[in-house]
Amino acid sequence: MNQFDFQQVTVSKVSRHYGRRRALSSVSFGLQAGEVVGLLGPNGSGKSTLLGVLSTLIAPSSGEVRYGEQPSRALGADLRRLIGFLSHDLQLYPELSSRENLEFSARLYGQQQPSAVVNDALVRARLVERAEEPISGFSRGMRQRLALERSLIHKPRLVLLDEPFTGLDDRSTSELIERLRQLSKEGCLVVFATHDLDVADDVLDRAVVLRTGRITELPEGHGSLRSRYREHLTGGGSMEQRTDG
Amino acid sequence: MAEFFRIAWLVMRKDIRVESRSREMLYTTTFFAASCVLVFSFAFVRSGRPVEGAEAGIIWVALAYAGQLALGRAFERELHQDALRGLLLAPVERAAIFIGKLLGIMLLMGVVEAVVVFFVAVFFSTAFFDYGLLFISLLVTGTIGFACVGALFAAMLARSQSRAVLLPVLLYPITVPVLIAGVNGTLSLIQPEPNLDLARFWLALIAFFDVVFMTLALWTFEPLMTE
Repeated sequence: MNQFDFQQVTVSKVSRHYGRRRALSSVSFGLQAGEVVGLLGPNGSGKSTLLGVLSTLIAPSSGEVRYGEQPSRALGADLRRLIGFLSHDLQLYPELSSRENLEFSARLYGQQQPSAVVNDALVRARLVERAEEPISGFSRGMRQRLALERSLIHKPRLVLLDEPFTGLDDRSTSELIERLRQLSKEGCLVVFATHDLDVADDVLDRAVVLRTGRITELPEGHGSLRSRYREHLTGGGSMEQRTDG
Repeated sequence: MAEFFRIAWLVMRKDIRVESRSREMLYTTTFFAASCVLVFSFAFVRSGRPVEGAEAGIIWVALAYAGQLALGRAFERELHQDALRGLLLAPVERAAIFIGKLLGIMLLMGVVEAVVVFFVAVFFSTAFFDYGLLFISLLVTGTIGFACVGALFAAMLARSQSRAVLLPVLLYPITVPVLIAGVNGTLSLIQPEPNLDLARFWLALIAFFDVVFMTLALWTFEPLMTE
């Protein structure tokens, strides 16, 4: 059985370079269990790279990420068991049905009763009636709901979501917000990258802004998330690094 | 160890299920391999008499090229919707994922081999199964060696834009000893006076390459897959 668990994640001076291009530049911040943190920033600012680093799929060029007290490189599969990642690309197999996609993930993550877990996930994704159809015929929103359930099927501690609201209708968006709140109450660490600032405003505990690979905390204040974000960008929000946790 | 093989089986079963729905790789590879044999039969059969020993070369050339098609596509499919990352994030030994992919590719190559051997046997009137066990052993070990190196390179190049060019450039120089041993082993079985000792020697040589390739592949797959 898995013994490892963690209550906080600490990102310390993480940089990631692709050849001469710098995707992340000495990024430091912290996450606590029960927090929902938004990752904001213009296209190409390094949000997806940072999520990739947090998920352990991308190794930092320098710096380190600690999960609890342990660095990621020391943990391997024990850590990956506690991470759920919804990528912008949905990591699903279009030839397979919703049930088959979920069942594959459930078994891959060693779920004891995959059928029961899959049935619950299908209910939450509102795909019970189309459970046996290949997902190639699904709309983006339906696939997004399915991919979300796939990424949460093993009840992860750290939930990483890249543009989770893409393609969702109002009802699905509200359900997702409710789900994120629930995950937060259950003690998960939730980080999501988004451009849907109005939607994100309802659920975020705090937001960090990435710009050209550098991170800054979006200051608390009056006004909507969107207005604070705009003010932060246009007002030349301080590019100084802030370290939490 | 049971968990390792459970994951490998899971990945292979998923690949077979995906392929059974699209049949894209199966049709492409078998059609290509059968066409290859047909074209060679026009070149090497004169006045109803085949050039002696040509069958051995034809079988292995058809397998190598058909196998290359399958290898490229097997990992390209995982790139679609970034499914490869989903696999790599799973809390399992990544070597088990590699073995699962490898078994899926080998199964497909096995089907292609059955088609190729059938067509060569018909067009060239060759009795491959006089020494069936040795012949099948040559095919199986050859397929393991070729697919093992190929799967590793295909996985490594999956994110490369020029993977279609790089895969054969890397694959053939390394697998050419397996192909040569396969041709010679097959030749020693189908010649007018079969030389079983020689066939066993080539079989042992391919098995040696298999062990080396498999060890290297299992050792390097995990670090190669970390971005």
